[in-house]
Amino acid sequence: MNAVEARLDRLRGSAAPRAHNARTISALASNPGCARRAVMDAAGVDKQRVAAHVGHPAPFGQSQFAITRGNAFEAQVKAGGCAQLLRLLRERLRLPIPEVSYANLDDVAGDTSNKVRHARTRALLARAAASGQDAGTLFDHPLLRLRAGGRAVYLEPDLIAFQLRGRFHVVEIKSFAVIDGQADGGKVAAAVIQSAVYVLALRDLLAELGTGPEAVSDEVVLVCPKDFSNEPTAALLDVRKQLTVLRRQLARLDRIEDLLAQIPQAVTFDLEPDAAGVPRRDRRALELAIGAVPARYTPECLETCEMCRFCREEAAGSTAALGRATRDDLGGIDDIGTVLELARGSVPPADHQAEAAAAIRAAARMRGEILGATG
Amino acid sequence: MSVLTALARAQAWQAGRAQPVATVRHVHVAPRPFVFVPLALAGEACAPLAAMAGDDPADPRLLVVAQPRNRTQRFAFAAELGRELLRYIGGFPAGGAGEEGAGAAADRGTAGQGAGEGGEGERAVPPDAPQVWLPNRAGIGFTRLLGRSTRFRRAEGEHAVDPVVPVLGRWLTFLAERSEHPGSCLMLAATEALALHWATGQSPAEDLNLASLIGWIDPPAWTDGREAARAAEDPLAWPPAGPATDPGFDNEVLARLIAACDRAEAGGGEAARAKAALGEALAGQLEPAWRLTWRAIGLLRALPEGGHVAGRWEADRRAFGWHAAHLRDGGPPQPRRDSAVAAARRLDSMERAAASLAVQRALDDPLVMAEHRLAGEALAGRVTAAEPDRVITGPSGRRVLRPLVTVRTHDPVSVEPGTVLAPPGRPNQHARVESVAPLGARGAGMAGASGASGASGASGAGAGAAGETEVVLELSGGMGQRLTPAPGSVPGVGDWVCYATLRDEYQPPAGFPEPEQTPWTHGGPPRPYEPTDEDAREAWS
Repeated sequence: MNAVEARLDRLRGSAAPRAHNARTISALASNPGCARRAVMDAAGVDKQRVAAHVGHPAPFGQSQFAITRGNAFEAQVKAGGCAQLLRLLRERLRLPIPEVSYANLDDVAGDTSNKVRHARTRALLARAAASGQDAGTLFDHPLLRLRAGGRAVYLEPDLIAFQLRGRFHVVEIKSFAVIDGQADGGKVAAAVIQSAVYVLALRDLLAELGTGPEAVSDEVVLVCPKDFSNEPTAALLDVRKQLTVLRRQLARLDRIEDLLAQIPQAVTFDLEPDAAGVPRRDRRALELAIGAVPARYTPECLETCEMCRFCREEAAGSTAALGRATRDDLGGIDDIGTVLELARGSVPPADHQAEAAAAIRAAARMRGEILGATG
Repeated sequence: MSVLTALARAQAWQAGRAQPVATVRHVHVAPRPFVFVPLALAGEACAPLAAMAGDDPADPRLLVVAQPRNRTQRFAFAAELGRELLRYIGGFPAGGAGEEGAGAAADRGTAGQGAGEGGEGERAVPPDAPQVWLPNRAGIGFTRLLGRSTRFRRAEGEHAVDPVVPVLGRWLTFLAERSEHPGSCLMLAATEALALHWATGQSPAEDLNLASLIGWIDPPAWTDGREAARAAEDPLAWPPAGPATDPGFDNEVLARLIAACDRAEAGGGEAARAKAALGEALAGQLEPAWRLTWRAIGLLRALPEGGHVAGRWEADRRAFGWHAAHLRDGGPPQPRRDSAVAAARRLDSMERAAASLAVQRALDDPLVMAEHRLAGEALAGRVTAAEPDRVITGPSGRRVLRPLVTVRTHDPVSVEPGTVLAPPGRPNQHARVESVAPLGARGAGMAGASGASGASGASGAGAGAAGETEVVLELSGGMGQRLTPAPGSVPGVGDWVCYATLRDEYQPPAGFPEPEQTPWTHGGPPRPYEPTDEDAREAWS
């Protein structure tokens, strides 16, 4: 174990590390400047429990109806050796797929451990890559591995198809509907970046086997229910842009040492659970520990990060808490108090604030003039 | 967003209360609106779970789908909602699409043909129109999907549904589409309408929560906006205003109650009791949003109406009249996707509406106009000199009245001599800029690039004449026919005036080919839309 890993273990404390998954890796891309998130994720900290212990549990939850629906749709598409999926790939995407075999990698002779499943995935993919052009195989729930923040992270795409147009394709099955050819933009974006994580992991694996990145397609297959039915439809989505973003983020995660160097050695997010597993850590001490790692809160965090409510509380009184656009409109001045002082003209602006201050004062004057002295 | 709104947010945070960003109301508020609060089952494309609907705040109609995955129950929900909505719409003359007419229209729907957009102009504008409110934009999205999944259904044949269902679908589709039209008020989202008038001390993302938004605007007496907004985020106290439910409610309450309904159905007995328990739980989730939506309507109604609101509402009434007539005449349902020409026309009309709305709002509201003043597109200040009786010889040799007015303003002036401005509220008057002269040594407002030294002298509010500009304007038009101005048509010394480059001018629609002449680059002439059996049969599962 190297020094970085030891340090990360100490940050996490006694709890077992929480593994990254495609969703957490893609979430990194949404707020890359946040050191707090990067460090906590690299250390495998259970952010939800930490946030709850300091009194700010994340407002996330998943409805069992959504989970049931998602699982049922995936099962339906994959039933009978992916019969529905194959028909879709052939008819809808007009992919020339000859005879296909199907390999379920959910377990290896009953063994569901990550190590064994990954080894098996690797072996099968290696054989496929080495084989001729005609061999078509659908790999169900392969287990890939990606290095993120100095650690190996196991990732499980829904499906990898080989070979479509001579390349591996990641297939992602989602249960949100495509209605009259249109789907929810936010959901598609999330699916695309998740799939990009799998493409990256698959390329890593093949690179270890000496196969170049061109063996994995930039295009992923997204399978969704069509209109209001359970019938699947598919689309090819280009993930090149997302790959670039992710690579940059992962490279940054690899420099986690730089971030760690700025944090006091004594900092830990250990919840100090007692024998029954109940966290006993002093709440104030934990708050200080979290505070020792700088965050970059934006309201978008409320959608993606378990620490959001804590960070929002911490950012109270800052223009960033009012949203990025508001902060920009106020010339990037951080503190609401400063903005209002500049508006009143009660403090002289610093050099770099002169232009923003003039605009703020003009705005304040107009609001005052129109609304009366109360503004 | 602008510095003004951003500053209002900062002020709201400090004050613990939302701050106005409008001095007048920019939306029409109907005397008797219809509120629709839908809930959908998580994970499904469009599975109605429950709704509160109606036009009487004291008497909402509760609609519940005991098994949201059951197709028959879904259509029963749609029929019930349809009757409720059509009863409301039928109350508007010219709407005339009461239940009977509606059914007949549905029957004829299959026989209808042609694009059916004609008949513009001659038809009288209906005296009033329905107005439907949802708590938020996501609710309108759900409405659109519900419209899409019901409008192609048929009242006869193998998959026959209640005749009211397709008519509901067509009205919902019409309303949801119309809500994308800038300035339209036939279907409104309460959060958006409120956010147009108030800035809160939180982010726009958090403003999407109606309870939290109203917490800032109208906090309870014992607390302030910050506290009220935080309290509003507790899903137990304030369940989400739909259409998505609280996952905690789904897992801990809803799943159990739906299962109980299923069991009761299968085993007989208990059924009524299980359904009542489910209804009660869902009513508990819906009621807060129902009340909040009505409160939002009340808050907005209390504001004085802007001058151009009635004009925009007239356009809404006209659109309502067209759609009602289209239904009555047996026109086909809205297609799944617009054809190329229809889409281009719609986009063009929306762009023109957006431009006109922006100008009208500024002309109606000094707070909105202030944004244009900050951007240098308008200026306001006090008249320091006036020559109301100035007469000159015009280019044609005739003597014309051309008063001069000198305005002193703090605004950052970027207009140049020769620019023609107009005073809001006097669309016939023009003011040509004669000269622009900065007063005092320090640069005018933001444009002053003098750097730090320029700002260092600013101490205390209203720092003298620093940054003031004197603008001389020559007025023409809107002053009567004589060589002396009509009383009140030229401002006097000491008056507060505003002049803007904005003008609410009629923009003619862009020219588009007839659909039959659609060029090959856009797919060629579209096949006229014919509702198919396939459409009517479409799965809704």
